[in-house]
Amino acid sequence: MPAIGPIGTSALVACHECDTLHRRVPLRRHALARCTRCGALLYSPPPFSAQQLFALVLGSLLVFMIAMAFPIVGLEVQGTRVSSTLPEAIWRLWDQERPVVAVLVFATTALFPLLELSALLYLLWHLLHGRCAPGFARVVGAVQALRPWGMIEVFMLGVLVAVVKLSHMAHVIPGVALWAFGALTFLLAAVVSFDPRHLWELAEDARP
Amino acid sequence: MNAAPGAAGAMGTSAAAGLLACRACGQLSRRPAADAPCRCPRCGARLRTRKPQSVARTWAYLVAAAILYVPANILPVMETRSLFGTQKDTILSGVAYLWTSGSPELAVVVFVASIVVPLLKMGALGYLAWTVQRGAARRRHERSRLFRLVEAVGHWSMLDIFVVALMAALVRLRVLAEIEAGPGAAAFGAVVVLTMLAAMSFDARLIWDHGRHHD
Ligand SMILES: [Zn+2]
Ligand SMILES: [Zn+2]
Repeated sequence: MPAIGPIGTSALVACHECDTLHRRVPLRRHALARCTRCGALLYSPPPFSAQQLFALVLGSLLVFMIAMAFPIVGLEVQGTRVSSTLPEAIWRLWDQERPVVAVLVFATTALFPLLELSALLYLLWHLLHGRCAPGFARVVGAVQALRPWGMIEVFMLGVLVAVVKLSHMAHVIPGVALWAFGALTFLLAAVVSFDPRHLWELAEDARP
Repeated sequence: MNAAPGAAGAMGTSAAAGLLACRACGQLSRRPAADAPCRCPRCGARLRTRKPQSVARTWAYLVAAAILYVPANILPVMETRSLFGTQKDTILSGVAYLWTSGSPELAVVVFVASIVVPLLKMGALGYLAWTVQRGAARRRHERSRLFRLVEAVGHWSMLDIFVVALMAALVRLRVLAEIEAGPGAAAFGAVVVLTMLAAMSFDARLIWDHGRHHD
């Protein structure tokens, strides 16, 4: 443990939303500590071990690759077929001179989720080998900063709305990536249930 | 769902106790006597009692979002070119299309995500920034719950942008129609990003900083 002064500040926790101090107490599994003043979540025990999270992140990355590489949906009209992968859809927006929209879609559905998963994989890989990854603090900070901007679950709902709209015009054929995005939505929901702050506790256990 | 037993001791805030809470890792540390910039001993993040110029930044992002909200709703987000001519759809006409074409459930979903959520977000953040500026001490529980709601639902407004992106990628058949993203899509995306930045700049702790005796 780094020096934090003689008052034992690690035994205390300040509410993120109203700054009220609370004494930290050990929690049972699946229990939550809420702020007694404003009701915000103070802390909860990590939902996964480092090994479990590593497996989850690795699985998410594999499903992510499938979601990117295969067509999401196809359209069939008078014998002609068109289909599109997510990278192709982003490229088409760029091509239509909508760079702002293209960058926004690229960042929120592809780049940021990929960066967050890769960063977690990197941190966990080192933690599982009993050491802190080089640049640990910065990478944890990046995970926290990227998290609100990943929008795979919103994209998934967007795919469903688009499928309904398109089904009025033509025959819609679901693609492999449609199922992959569905699976990814659930996997990422599990990944983000792990508060990156727990990585600091794991790191302190890993340090000699 | 209960508060931790033993955690209920009325200890006041970390700021009042001369402590600084790290926003990145949660670690508390003692505030140095001087006003020198101070870093978290655990993670090295900059420590501050409150987010700097929180209310002013929130207002700045909100004003920018409100200005762009106008073109986002007036300009077409989607342009459909077919044998019958060009049809330009705004956010609202897209919702109307879903409603009349037999998908009222989806029309409601898109209406909530694209119209209700951005308006609620701008209104709620404006209200929160204004009450904090006035030093209001009333309805703090309600206001902090409102802020949590705004933070949780904010990014769902991006829904229509994704719908347009997919439609534009798929509908490119000369025999049927060709769809392109319209200029309203960029403005709408910017509104979503700006309202998210406004929510991130707002420091919820300010709601509780005034009128402690009203607890
Ligand atoms: Zn609180
Ligand atoms: Zn810290």
